[in-house]
Amino acid sequence: MSKSSEINIDYVANLARLALTAEEKSQFSQQLGDILHYIEKLNELDVTQVEPTAHAFPVCNVWRDDVAEPALPVEEALQNAPAQRDHMIAVPKVVE
Amino acid sequence: MPYEAVIGLEVHVQIKTCSKMFARVAAGYGQPENTLTDPVVLALPGVLPVMNKEAIDKVIQAGLMLGCTIAPVCKWDRKNYFYPDSPKNYQISQYDQPICLGGFVEIELPGPSRNVMGEHKKIPLTRIHLEEDVGKLSHGVHDSLIDYNRAGTPLMEIVSEPALHGADEAFAYLTALKTVMIYGGISDCDMEKGQLRCDANVSIRPAGSTKLGTKVELKNLNSISFVRDGIDHEIKRQIAVIEGGGTIVQETRDYDGQTGASQSLRSKEMAHDYRYFPDPDLMPVKVDEDWKARLRAPLPELPFDKQRRFMEKYRLPYTITAVLVRDRELSDYFEAAARLCDKPQAAGNWITNDLLRDLASSRQSLADSRVRPAHIAGLVKLVEGGAISSNIAKEVFVEMFATGEMPEALVERKGLKQSTDTNELEEWADAAMAANPKSVADFKAGNDKAINAMKGFMMKQSKGKANPRLVDEILRRKLAG
Repeated sequence: MSKSSEINIDYVANLARLALTAEEKSQFSQQLGDILHYIEKLNELDVTQVEPTAHAFPVCNVWRDDVAEPALPVEEALQNAPAQRDHMIAVPKVVE
Repeated sequence: MPYEAVIGLEVHVQIKTCSKMFARVAAGYGQPENTLTDPVVLALPGVLPVMNKEAIDKVIQAGLMLGCTIAPVCKWDRKNYFYPDSPKNYQISQYDQPICLGGFVEIELPGPSRNVMGEHKKIPLTRIHLEEDVGKLSHGVHDSLIDYNRAGTPLMEIVSEPALHGADEAFAYLTALKTVMIYGGISDCDMEKGQLRCDANVSIRPAGSTKLGTKVELKNLNSISFVRDGIDHEIKRQIAVIEGGGTIVQETRDYDGQTGASQSLRSKEMAHDYRYFPDPDLMPVKVDEDWKARLRAPLPELPFDKQRRFMEKYRLPYTITAVLVRDRELSDYFEAAARLCDKPQAAGNWITNDLLRDLASSRQSLADSRVRPAHIAGLVKLVEGGAISSNIAKEVFVEMFATGEMPEALVERKGLKQSTDTNELEEWADAAMAANPKSVADFKAGNDKAINAMKGFMMKQSKGKANPRLVDEILRRKLAG
């Protein structure tokens, strides 16, 4: 997956819900390919002695106690919604 | 050709916590729409999730009860998808490092009859992971409406191996799993409130084959009975397709419990590609032996272990243990009563017959009941000690159920004690014999049953308080004399 030729730009665009022009597709294929090529450099490092990690910092178990705090008033919670009805956010119908 | 069904269940269980999984707002059911949100739930810019320790504790406890291996390290991943049930466009979940691995659910299959224990099996689990629940959509004619109250509620997904082979086994699995979760205080598992939800992967194969057939995922099985009916229906549907010369297509089907039919869900989405990656906002969780030991200490005995103990230690019949252990509070209540009177079988009978009947007819819960274990124990002792007859005991029960008065005090106050005063009994016996000369003659002529008329006379005279054993003894002595 490190070569730009292997990037299926239509598939990636669809997953991201992006509609791209033919020009953009070509441009972004090139750019994504360059990024992946750059990241490839990491493979040159010998990491056999390094433990895999999801984070750069050796920190774990960051949590809080189970204490409930006040909710947002519903008017505030919904103030950014493009459309609302009956105290709910209204979106285009998502089932047939 | 005989077929074998192969079923795997994915069960989502909401964890009972005060606040949400990664947000501080309260978790809850039945609140007005969108009143349980905060900036984290709504994914407003700049917010950061913080783990709820209680939710992690409880999923570890669930894992310990189910015999899982608790992963020493687990992490959080983002499951990316666009759907309005998740305002972030991803769900925080666990992909390749779930918190619990392996384990099993012990199930009991239906026995040959209601009062005989059925076969027990251990259904292996693949994993349990922790994630956040999503919002609830309702669909109108022209739009869909979103309520985010449920979004962010701690949710565990319990995945079984494809090791179930019929609708009955799936039913037994869910029943057993639910009981364990409720015992451990992990969840209330109320399916009507969405606290337990089940998807089933169903396939069939020729009996004896070891190759898995194409699986169909059944969704929206929203009661345990619907799970059984839906799976049963799906197995029959697949057999009919194969026998009609068709092939099973991998799909998701929606089972409608009301109509008993299923239909294919047309998915607008292409094949799922969730592009999981580690959530950079959350640090991994490391679980050490001390933590596990602390969480294991308060865990209750598992329901089936308790049932086996009740049958062995107390010599209770299977049916009574089945009723008692279904509910942890009831089984604790029974043990308290049994300990107080040292007559477990009698206590078990009073609880499973009289107490449960009266609780049901008065729509009370066990916690509401005025009759406490000490009442049951007191009543048992009064009967066993011969102070009251079992008929009088039934009356005492009804009254103490209504008022909560202790049975000893009630019997004393109402003068219900069986008469064991032999002088009084002797007088009644003489009167009984005097009033029933024919019965006396019949008895002496060898008709043993003739004694009953005299016993009845004595019971009437004593208003039911005469001790039947003494009545019998005294009458026989006098009649023999």
